[in-house]
Amino acid sequence: MWPDDIHRELSAAGVGVVGYVPDAGHKRLIELCQADNNMRAVVLSTEEEGIGLAAGAWLGGQKSVLLMQSSGVGNIVNVLGMVRECRFPLVTLVTMRGEQGEFNPWQVPMGQAVRPVLEAMGTVVQYADKADDMGAVVNAALRLAYNSYASVAVLISQRLIGIKSFQEQAAK
Amino acid sequence: MKRRDAVKQLLSQRADLLVIAGLGSTAWDCTAAGDSPLTFPMWGAMGQAAMMGLGVAIAQPARRVLVITGDGEALMGLGALATIGVQKPENLTLVVIDNERYGETGMQDTHTAHGVDLAGVARACGFNIFDSQQIKNAIHHVPGPNFACIKVEAEKIPLVLPPREGALLKARFRRALLGAQADAE
Repeated sequence: MWPDDIHRELSAAGVGVVGYVPDAGHKRLIELCQADNNMRAVVLSTEEEGIGLAAGAWLGGQKSVLLMQSSGVGNIVNVLGMVRECRFPLVTLVTMRGEQGEFNPWQVPMGQAVRPVLEAMGTVVQYADKADDMGAVVNAALRLAYNSYASVAVLISQRLIGIKSFQEQAAK
Repeated sequence: MKRRDAVKQLLSQRADLLVIAGLGSTAWDCTAAGDSPLTFPMWGAMGQAAMMGLGVAIAQPARRVLVITGDGEALMGLGALATIGVQKPENLTLVVIDNERYGETGMQDTHTAHGVDLAGVARACGFNIFDSQQIKNAIHHVPGPNFACIKVEAEKIPLVLPPREGALLKARFRRALLGAQADAE
């Protein structure tokens, strides 16, 4: 499964801190990180906190990753200014909503704004819509961020998450 | 109490303390007390000082970490108190220098001028609460997360500015803390 591939890449890269806001699309990856003794999984009250967490961890010498849903991108816009000004390496894995096959109209505006908003703030945006590619995409994102001091977001296509209704989401 | 005296006292004989200074007056206060590469003064990202402190504290469990920030900055990131309360970092202390004003924007009242009790919020989130006399010892010796809200006069005082380039502030902190490892990645 692609969440297992992501976890394997995070582990191999030595990621020690995982900030996350609970999300259905990241459910399995969050569980894998929580169960990993070499990772500190930090549940956040808003995605914005994850930027401070990641920046602080890097000041202290640790690599991190930030997990969120596309709606969370709207919550981190201003603080991405610090990431850019300070050239903090940052890897954000975004599960997309408001995109392919969305069933909740309230998700669509932010989902459609994710890429331009991130790019406007200087974040490199990469897109993953094939499960088999996920490990390679995340591997490349980690290397770009930590070798080049870049802010990199990987958008994980809603097609891969595959939840098609409220009922299905609630049953997860 | 005067804010510069309070911060100077907190940072005197700081030993190997790692410091995050929240944006605005508290960053100037920390600089007035003596700039250090192991102080990271924030010029933006309002609301994130406490979370920066948590990140450093998790990455450096053997070091003591102090966040000094203002009441307005802390109010913008109140959720961070809950997040820190869940993580329970033993090496982290958060001190709010509370003048009940937004000092950089014209000294408008913050919520604390109208009864909002930041120490009460922090206590409810699981912090150990200390007063202005006790906190100095707690920063270095008491298992955290620790918290103090120090009420200070609302005064306009001269700016004492740290370097402002973010990449420089990051790099000097990492080099001072990590040595050659900082550039080894």
